[in-house]
Amino acid sequence: MPIEQSTTTTTLHESGLATKDMLLNIGPAHPAMHGIVRIIARLEGEEIEEVDVEIGYLHRGFEKMSENVDYNGVIPYTDRLNYVSPLINNMGYCMTVEKLLGITVPERCHYVRVIVSEISRISDHLTCVGATAMELGAFTVFLYMIKAREFLWELVEKVTGARLTVSYCRVGGVKGDLPDEFVEPCRAAFKETRKVLDEARGLLERNRIFTDRMNGTGIISAEDAIGYGITGPFLRASGSDYDVRKDCPYAIYDRIDFDVPIGSEGDNMDRFLVRMEEMEQSMRIVEAAFEQMPPGPVMVDPGTGRPIPAAEMVDLAKMGNIAAITGGCAIAGPTLEGSSRAHYPSTATDEKRAFLPPKEDAYGNIEGLMQQFKLVMMGHGIRGPLGEVYFAVEGANGELGFYVVSDGRGHAYRVRVRPPCFAIMSALPELLVGDMVADIIPTFGSVNMIGGELDR
Amino acid sequence: MTTLIERVASRFPDAVASSHAWRGDETVVLRREGLIEAARFVKEDPDLAMNFLMDLSAVDYSAFGKGPAPAFFSSSGVAVRPTPNIPDEDPWPGPPSSERFAVVYHFFSTTHKHRLRFVVPVGEDEPEVDSLVTLWPGANWLEREVWDLFGIRFKGHPDLRRILMYEEFEGHPLRKDYPVNKRQPLIGPVN
Repeated sequence: MPIEQSTTTTTLHESGLATKDMLLNIGPAHPAMHGIVRIIARLEGEEIEEVDVEIGYLHRGFEKMSENVDYNGVIPYTDRLNYVSPLINNMGYCMTVEKLLGITVPERCHYVRVIVSEISRISDHLTCVGATAMELGAFTVFLYMIKAREFLWELVEKVTGARLTVSYCRVGGVKGDLPDEFVEPCRAAFKETRKVLDEARGLLERNRIFTDRMNGTGIISAEDAIGYGITGPFLRASGSDYDVRKDCPYAIYDRIDFDVPIGSEGDNMDRFLVRMEEMEQSMRIVEAAFEQMPPGPVMVDPGTGRPIPAAEMVDLAKMGNIAAITGGCAIAGPTLEGSSRAHYPSTATDEKRAFLPPKEDAYGNIEGLMQQFKLVMMGHGIRGPLGEVYFAVEGANGELGFYVVSDGRGHAYRVRVRPPCFAIMSALPELLVGDMVADIIPTFGSVNMIGGELDR
Repeated sequence: MTTLIERVASRFPDAVASSHAWRGDETVVLRREGLIEAARFVKEDPDLAMNFLMDLSAVDYSAFGKGPAPAFFSSSGVAVRPTPNIPDEDPWPGPPSSERFAVVYHFFSTTHKHRLRFVVPVGEDEPEVDSLVTLWPGANWLEREVWDLFGIRFKGHPDLRRILMYEEFEGHPLRKDYPVNKRQPLIGPVN
């Protein structure tokens, strides 16, 4: 409810001293508000009596823009929803559109998506736990965790060519296969991450400053959390074991053995512990996926292996020198690594009306060029059937759902995102009222508010 | 084993207008008078036990299927045909009704792990449906968002304010007649 200045009341105590409750405005631009959000609190002494949360400062009209660009054009926008784990957003959006179109992706593509999205989940949790710890005074933990996140972002960079705005998934597949040298760097990065997590545990778990502020603050029961629509680690810390990966398995999560950690108290400490354990479980998922994953192409097919730089290939094709490029393999630069023809059967759908051709075909023959043209030119693109679908994946903050309505044109008629931290933010007044002013910091930190997905 | 649609339809034969399960998403189109009763039923009935209101949004169907014809690449004088539609054997029955808006609810049950969608058509003249805040407190912000972006009011909502846009904003941006490139002056601090 909105808080009016005039509602502050003056009380005269028996001792003859008058007290007055006070309005405290935190944000929108405040270092502890992780982005921009405004909390207006009415205080009685140090206790919070009433809270109003104002959001929308980062509203960019994601849903409106998605109605005006083609299906693949939305993917860069999804990067900017939860910008700490963009790969999960990419995956959720692409799987929703795939459900709408009724197309399937190869098995290896599922594994690749799961691996990268679990790496993203770890980096998201690292950021959340690190930032919360920093705001409670543990700056060292923040630096250690950002160091670990750096190792993981290097992996993301190896796969996608970018660190933050990755745009890696495509409707019907991924941009390119994992690089050849990926499993070993990934294991090495996990080793470092585990070391960092151990150090962070040592620094935090029995640290009085940290535990006293985390224990018993920001409590919410599982029933209340469900009523507010809270999902993800926040709900699991309250004792409900709902996890989209377990309960509505998608991609290949039903084939992988992992545990869902749950808490009992539903306070900030439980949420910290759940996130710490989830990072370990995510690493377990990635390691299991490496074991199960069907192999990609071992080598470029020797018959088509003559490498030609893509720019040169285009020039040759323009001159009509088809003989020179027949059977050639385009070298498309580091950012398009893993998207050559040899990788296609393992990472892209066989529905040609929905997926861009390999670069060799786009540059080297007219059929490939036309396929590329029809998919990327305005007014062409993928034309889905009429329909509406809802599909959810487990985002780093909880259930990340997409609801897409199609009227058969080249772009969606309506795209709706169910942002997981929207539900948690709507419960924030419930979480904060009754606690002290200083408890806003750990409670708000454990919400892991991400402005991009909250305000869209 | 009866489907979720059958359970809702047999309990509320008057309120259910139609239903479908396209792509496996079980959907019930409800008349708005029956919404709150049906929502209470799916929440409290032990066979449905929809304890989560996962999502609440709306769709403006006023421009459905009325978009401009696919563009043609004509500079070479040769019209390139657009990609044919990806075929679909079991087609979707189409927009829920001739009304302009549809409010869309997604429910989920943690006990049975099933999902159900309610679609409530709302006319342009009187865009109002009952609020579900009394059943799920999480509906509060979601309904505020639908009011903000679509201009659909919720009867019985305790605090129907704008949430993503600012109070002085004119219009409802996710309506199809709101131009995507329209600009409005930014409002500074009020006091």
